[in-house]
Amino acid sequence: MIVAARIFVVGGLTSFRALFYWLTPWIYVPTMLVAPIFQILLFAYIGRSAGLESDEFYLIGNALQYAAIPCLFAMAQMVGGERYQNTLSAILVSPAPRIPLFFGRSLPVLLNGAFVAAFSLLVGALVLGVHLPASSLAPLGLVVLIAAFSCTGLGLVNAAASLRIRENAVLSNVIFGFLLIFTGANVPLDDLPSWISTAAQGMPFTHAIKAARELAAGASLGDVRGLLGAELLVGAIYGVAGYSLLRWFEVLSRRYATLERS
Amino acid sequence: MSTLRLLGVGWYFQFKMILRSPFDGIGNVLYPLFFATTALFVFRAGQSPRTLVYASLGAAVMGMWSSVSTSAGSAMQRERWWGTLELLVAAPRHFSLVMLPATLGLATVGIYNLAATLLWGHFVFGIPLTITHPLLFALSVVGTVLAFGGLGLLFAVSFVRFRAAWVLGNFFEYPVWLVCGFLVPLALLPGWVRPISWVLAPTWGMSAIRESALGGTPLPDLLLCLGLGAAYVALGVLVTDRVLYDARGRGTLSLT
Repeated sequence: MIVAARIFVVGGLTSFRALFYWLTPWIYVPTMLVAPIFQILLFAYIGRSAGLESDEFYLIGNALQYAAIPCLFAMAQMVGGERYQNTLSAILVSPAPRIPLFFGRSLPVLLNGAFVAAFSLLVGALVLGVHLPASSLAPLGLVVLIAAFSCTGLGLVNAAASLRIRENAVLSNVIFGFLLIFTGANVPLDDLPSWISTAAQGMPFTHAIKAARELAAGASLGDVRGLLGAELLVGAIYGVAGYSLLRWFEVLSRRYATLERS
Repeated sequence: MSTLRLLGVGWYFQFKMILRSPFDGIGNVLYPLFFATTALFVFRAGQSPRTLVYASLGAAVMGMWSSVSTSAGSAMQRERWWGTLELLVAAPRHFSLVMLPATLGLATVGIYNLAATLLWGHFVFGIPLTITHPLLFALSVVGTVLAFGGLGLLFAVSFVRFRAAWVLGNFFEYPVWLVCGFLVPLALLPGWVRPISWVLAPTWGMSAIRESALGGTPLPDLLLCLGLGAAYVALGVLVTDRVLYDARGRGTLSLT
């Protein structure tokens, strides 16, 4: 139990710190802190130009959806980075239990994703002059955390795919693009084709974004508990699927000697 | 003549390499398409009198810019990673003549982006593909590609001192989409943004493409776009000289 906890906490933290190439301020600040503000501004102005929704709508949608960048890329890098540095085989040959090994690596990613979304939400609100009620800030923090959890689950699937696909940056961008369209971050789900809004129910962010918008409009945490439960469920399903895929692809990588393929 | 040949052959090889790169040849084409689709959904659902054709053209040029901005910033950096930078710098031709085809190649992929987005808008959103002045439209597209290539050169040589040059390239993707009037009329942006828009060739390239497609007078915009593109190339040459002089003096050419 203690070994598993140690692998979960120390292993996860060390793995995240090994992303130091990305965590340098020269990369972190423009990519994680400035770019989401521009994404929010871009869609807020497109919304004004199209006469569709309020600034608050785009602020919440894009701030939460941008958590996909840290969650998807960092999780893909969990595999891709280790492979690039020739440490992946050393990790997978170890007898370490896989649940703390993989989920421990997900925790710092989740927290970072939540931080990026929360930062974007607050700074975006200041820039656009959107008023978020003080009473909604704590519940919004919880929503942001749940949204990041949900997307980190999808990130695990992305990490598993990185065991089979070389271009994980392209794959991460493609998933990010689908989330941009499908989750209702910029277009109300009612205005999207019905098959998209149906598919959106099984995607990270959809329920969290809706919950955050309702909280900003004055709803209480209790009012949105169904949405938050749905978001948690979506995240858990992706997490389990991602873990299962990681184990399966690990076995395939051994069988076909493709672990080090880069 | 030999300079044109160098540019032509360089462009051909760079373009072939870009088309075989999953990130530049596929990723950079797909990624802006997602933004274009989102924007078209927003405009379709909105109440604005601005047409989907207006948005479709803007979204198409967004894709053109993406193919340049994300990869041109690290074009020189890539040569460094491949270990070819010293050889290229030591070659007898001016280094900017070697770099310009690389950024022009990236800008050329933008034509594919433009076509793909217009066709996507046509077949998925039913946006008519009517071009009022086809010849001027083609000239506007070529002029915009050349100007984007010039701006890409300036990015490539200016960012080379930064190890994370690719981030700076990425960083300019959203701001240019926003301030150059691709999807948002400049009149909607704060007044202080407009001078920034005016010194950016994408603003005029966008305007020329839109004017030629929708029926207007694209030539002044096209000339401004080309003029700014030429200015970027001239500035890029100066920056190249300065950067290489500095790198030789400090022995940092292969710094990674």
